[in-house]
Amino acid sequence: MTAKGRVAIVGAAETERIGVVPDVSALEMHAESARRAVADAGMTLGDVDGVAAAGLSPISVAHYLGITPNYVDATSIGGCSFLVHVRHAAAAISAGLADVILITHGESGRSRTGAPPRAADPASPQGQFEAPYGTLGPPTLFPMGVLRYMKRYGLTHEQLASVAVAQRRWSSRVPRAMFRDLITVEDVMASRMVSYPMHLLECCLVTDGGGALVVTSAARAKALPGPKPAVYVLGTGEAAETPLVSMMEDFTTSKAFTVSASRAFAEAGITPSDVDHLMVYDAFAHLPIYGLEDLGFVGRGEAGAFIEEGNTSPGGRLPMNTNGGGLSYTHTGMYGMFLVQESIRQLRGEASAQVPGVQTSVAQGVGGMFMSAGTLVLGTETVAGA
Amino acid sequence: MSPQQSLSGDRPKAAPKPTPETQPYWDAANRRELAIQRCTSCGKAFFYPRSACPVCYSKQVEWFVASGRARLHTYLISHRPAPGFAEQVPYAIAVVELEEGPRMMTNVVGVDNTPENLVLDMDLEVDFEPRGAQLVPVFRPAGSRAENAAGHAAGSVAGSPAESPA
Repeated sequence: MTAKGRVAIVGAAETERIGVVPDVSALEMHAESARRAVADAGMTLGDVDGVAAAGLSPISVAHYLGITPNYVDATSIGGCSFLVHVRHAAAAISAGLADVILITHGESGRSRTGAPPRAADPASPQGQFEAPYGTLGPPTLFPMGVLRYMKRYGLTHEQLASVAVAQRRWSSRVPRAMFRDLITVEDVMASRMVSYPMHLLECCLVTDGGGALVVTSAARAKALPGPKPAVYVLGTGEAAETPLVSMMEDFTTSKAFTVSASRAFAEAGITPSDVDHLMVYDAFAHLPIYGLEDLGFVGRGEAGAFIEEGNTSPGGRLPMNTNGGGLSYTHTGMYGMFLVQESIRQLRGEASAQVPGVQTSVAQGVGGMFMSAGTLVLGTETVAGA
Repeated sequence: MSPQQSLSGDRPKAAPKPTPETQPYWDAANRRELAIQRCTSCGKAFFYPRSACPVCYSKQVEWFVASGRARLHTYLISHRPAPGFAEQVPYAIAVVELEEGPRMMTNVVGVDNTPENLVLDMDLEVDFEPRGAQLVPVFRPAGSRAENAAGHAAGSVAGSPAESPA
């Protein structure tokens, strides 16, 4: 038995402000998002009996809000944690463990206001087998496989740059996006080299912000409809490959992506051709390339040309990262919450860069540096394509 | 740590802190030996050190000194220095594939770290560099060590961090 179609997201909201918000702590961003998402669902915090959070503890969030939850999920496996929280919430609600589950994100990624310290334990596998070689955060880790991918498939630097160009076409239509000016491949290639082969414009933003979701049963969503259309959870997946990017089994593909997504697609009973809208976590420009291939939207080695030809841009046949993504919209650190928020906006028909007629949206999250993954297949109906 | 602190050049390079399971690896590195493990049940060599085989789960594992020969599997070149790397920036952080099969992260030494010099699948050989009181394996282009090979052939001479070339 799966939770397919029996669980709905009925509330979704981001913090009022995203980007540079030094006057709000990380904890308050969780709380502000929570209040806004509950209001979006037409509920009150008193209706919530389950809390999930990452970055900060759900216990901290629940107590701050004044909730004594009977279900807590502190799953913290990187930026995809919130997609996995939805998966766990769907299972818990289907099993009768909770009725209304609140999932929160808040991160002062840029301003570090009330943010937990970034710990580096020299006895951890990373501390022993990666840090001694001069690693310094995601830019020195995440793109590790790009040159191997380029050698294997002939991906060009221009094609890699075209990922950032395509996403800026979307964010140019999104008033809340941090970067909105259209750019060219030449602009990307002329931007500062951060971590060869990644230029600055091929690396995500670093911002402040938050978001929250309210999940409940489809039955309750239908019996007590809120002010906004419910979005149904049709399929979910999660997976973990390795805590060390250097230990990836194959540097040209994410095993976590394929395991997680294949499970979600199978549960939803869909194939890539059924998907109207796609979000792929883009901490760096190569992630959408891996995502398109690992989820089966294109063949191996084809994603660079697919993006370069405009297929994922406005008007293309597979609208992807329609908020502008982590490269242009916002990236607080654990960006996955914003994937889900944009999928929901598109399904509700309320996105800034709205794609006509979106009925099925897929959100593909990553955690760490290809460490883990979470996948959601979301729809406007309880059955895909109904 | 704040970004400002992490970018400062006056802090030392990060040093590993061994655990009981990894101590033999680090002890060997201080002898200028690249010691890894293999499973005596399925025969697979593996890295990083663990108490059992990650392929067949057998606890019948043994340490051995690897040849030190490897190929450059993939890399990136960081333009932002981690602590202790200020004078090397830009520098490559690489993954090499050992002749015995396992891969590991490392630095490439003995050659300017440029895309032109660092060609995927080029042949490399192990060397060692200090990180605090610990020697860690690094790799250099095969044959580039000719001038000091007598003193530093992999596995032949016990060295201390104080004596090792920086």
